[in-house]
Amino acid sequence: MAEELKPGCARPTGGPVGEMPTESTTVTETEKKEIAKMIQVGKKAPDFTAPGYQKGKFVNIKLSEYLGKWVLLCFYPGDFTFV
Amino acid sequence: MFVHKMWDDYELSKMVDGGVPFPMLSDAGGRVGKIYGVYDEDAGVETRGRFIIDPDGVVQGYEVLTPSVGRNVNETFRQVQAFQLVRESKGTQATPSGWKPGKAVLTPGPELVGNVWKEWKTKMAFD
Repeated sequence: MAEELKPGCARPTGGPVGEMPTESTTVTETEKKEIAKMIQVGKKAPDFTAPGYQKGKFVNIKLSEYLGKWVLLCFYPGDFTFV
Repeated sequence: MFVHKMWDDYELSKMVDGGVPFPMLSDAGGRVGKIYGVYDEDAGVETRGRFIIDPDGVVQGYEVLTPSVGRNVNETFRQVQAFQLVRESKGTQATPSGWKPGKAVLTPGPELVGNVWKEWKTKMAFD
């Protein structure tokens, strides 16, 4: 499912897939609110890709590859903190 | 990503046999966190956002906490079990406040209107 990544020195990044809000370097308060409002229960979760680590391998994960399964998506401030 | 490996190798594998089984993702710059509304731009970190996404890719529930307070994993499991029950019943059943596996569910319909009190008691809100 997940595409394996070749580890290199460059820091791999992911991001939104498909339609996304226009990016701007200065985010105004109104824009912050609009972004926060994008997630609504009962509505589709925005698709994204992100590089990751799983059981000894570096992989690239795409949310939509998990269609058909229940997904628990957790964000946390940093490694070596708690859940 | 590399730090995820260090964390898993040196600490998490001491808490979970074999290390963390699920993917640990990296969100440099908070690009994913921003579209989910959980990235704290000022602090430059993700807050503790948790999203339950069903097999159709639909967000069924979420919770977001500031970094200092940890989540209640039992409550997350309870919610997932409740959403799974509702989905399996094709929406014919609902789980009232305090529901957990083994407790009574409700069957919404005209007969239930005004009659929830007969099927659900206040003490059922608690464990």
